[in-house]
Amino acid sequence: MRSLSQQEFIDWADLYLRKELTPEDNERFESFCAENPPYRARFEEHKSLIENIQVTADRLAFKATLQSAAEAFHQEEKPKAPTKVVSLWDRYKFNAAVAAAIAIISVFSTLWLTGYYSNLRKTSSDYSALRRDMNTVKRNVNAHNDAIKNINSNTSNEAIHYGATGFMITKDGYVVTNYHVISGADSIHLQNHKGQSYKADIIFTNAEKDLAILHINDSTFKSHKNVPYTFKKQDSELGEDIYTIGFPRDEAVYGQGYLSSSTGYAGDTLAYQISIPVNPGNSGGPVLDKEGNIIGIISGKQKGIDGAAFAIKTKALIETLNSIPADILRGNVVLTNKNSLNHLSRTDQIKKLQDYIYIVKVY
Amino acid sequence: MSKEKSDIGIDEEIILGIREGNNLAVQKLYKLYYPPVLKMIINNSGSSEEAQDIFQETVMVLYDKINKGDFELSSKLKTFLYAVSKRLWLKQLTRGESKYRKDSIDDYEDSLVADEAGDAVQEHETIEKNLLQMEQALAGLGEPCKTILYDFYILNKSMADICEKFGYTNTDNAKTQKYKCLQRLKKFFFKSVS
Repeated sequence: MRSLSQQEFIDWADLYLRKELTPEDNERFESFCAENPPYRARFEEHKSLIENIQVTADRLAFKATLQSAAEAFHQEEKPKAPTKVVSLWDRYKFNAAVAAAIAIISVFSTLWLTGYYSNLRKTSSDYSALRRDMNTVKRNVNAHNDAIKNINSNTSNEAIHYGATGFMITKDGYVVTNYHVISGADSIHLQNHKGQSYKADIIFTNAEKDLAILHINDSTFKSHKNVPYTFKKQDSELGEDIYTIGFPRDEAVYGQGYLSSSTGYAGDTLAYQISIPVNPGNSGGPVLDKEGNIIGIISGKQKGIDGAAFAIKTKALIETLNSIPADILRGNVVLTNKNSLNHLSRTDQIKKLQDYIYIVKVY
Repeated sequence: MSKEKSDIGIDEEIILGIREGNNLAVQKLYKLYYPPVLKMIINNSGSSEEAQDIFQETVMVLYDKINKGDFELSSKLKTFLYAVSKRLWLKQLTRGESKYRKDSIDDYEDSLVADEAGDAVQEHETIEKNLLQMEQALAGLGEPCKTILYDFYILNKSMADICEKFGYTNTDNAKTQKYKCLQRLKKFFFKSVS
């Protein structure tokens, strides 16, 4: 046997493994291996190496196939993902609808039960009413004033249930009230809180300013001490703490509030808008600030509007007093300028005041 | 009953396809058997990416078992794949962790299938380890050696073809080159073995 180089043997072995040898050659290779153990060992080693290569290559090829197949599969899977959600939705659509319906029903029924809608309706109707009142505020003021007049004219025919209020401006019997209280009156009586009643005469009226000056003309009337309050000629400030005492019924009624506007209706500069609960009968009552100065005279209120009562300014009263011709006066009207209510507590002020405030009864 | 039969038919079809490295067979395998594995892994604190990796390795376990030649399933392919996936996932979960989690999913398993799966996984790991060396050796070989050896030993191309493809002047030169390449591969392979 000729000697073989390593390379030549491997080539031969490769041919043998690939079964490309002729049958004789094949036999020759096998017998050569059998005869030469070192070559045989080399052949075995080569054979296993080649097999290893082949297995590895197959495996790698399969891995690549697997990889691509997996990628193709997952790629396909991805667009399917939304269908998962869709199927979930399909499955729970009914439940979701029921839940939503229950939620909606419970929300609205709760709102209804808690009176939300009635409140809403009330608010909106209040709003429109308010607007209408704003448009017709003058008419309503007039209507209110008429109502007060009617009350008094009605009561003049029958027993007196109502009256108005008036208060002293001087110690010698001058009293002021509203013109609308005494207009058309046959006779006027003033009654103090102790029940004493005095006859009074009309001295002067000013319909425009809605003021009337009365004078007590009664023998039983005893001259008072000086009136305890002074008249504040200057305008008072917005928000000032004010109060009044009047006779919406037979007992004196105290009312407290604040000055809400420096003008009356439609910019009437001779009146204030005040926020005090007043009723028919409060007309002619004094409006006092916290120091006990008279700042106005209650004249009327706006029905249906909270805090829209009106008071005639003291300035208008002074002007009216100054315009009274001297010949009809029974003695000069001298306003006191000594305030004895100052520094007193509110209840003490009221105690002192009460003697000077009268129910005006008109027949 | 007929469904059972057709299932077995499909299983055999897939196994045959995998032996041949058929792409369609692998895709079918995914379609049929991936979803339960995905579900199992998601339910056991895994992500869908992890499920993909696990299933890919499961298919490799199946491939190794099929190529060993003695492929005989005692159960349906689905059960086997599921068991293998579970085994692999458990392995991943308990890697570097205490083994307490194993009980949580290993409870109601068919012990026969479990043993089979365990053996298959072990086998797969051995093969993987062995072939890894060859893979690495082939990867480290570089061109043109890799292609020459691949063409000759895998694709069974003739030396004349290779000679032509790589532009060698004659087949002897090509043969010499092939021999050198083989020696180089041997060197890489045995170096990594030792």
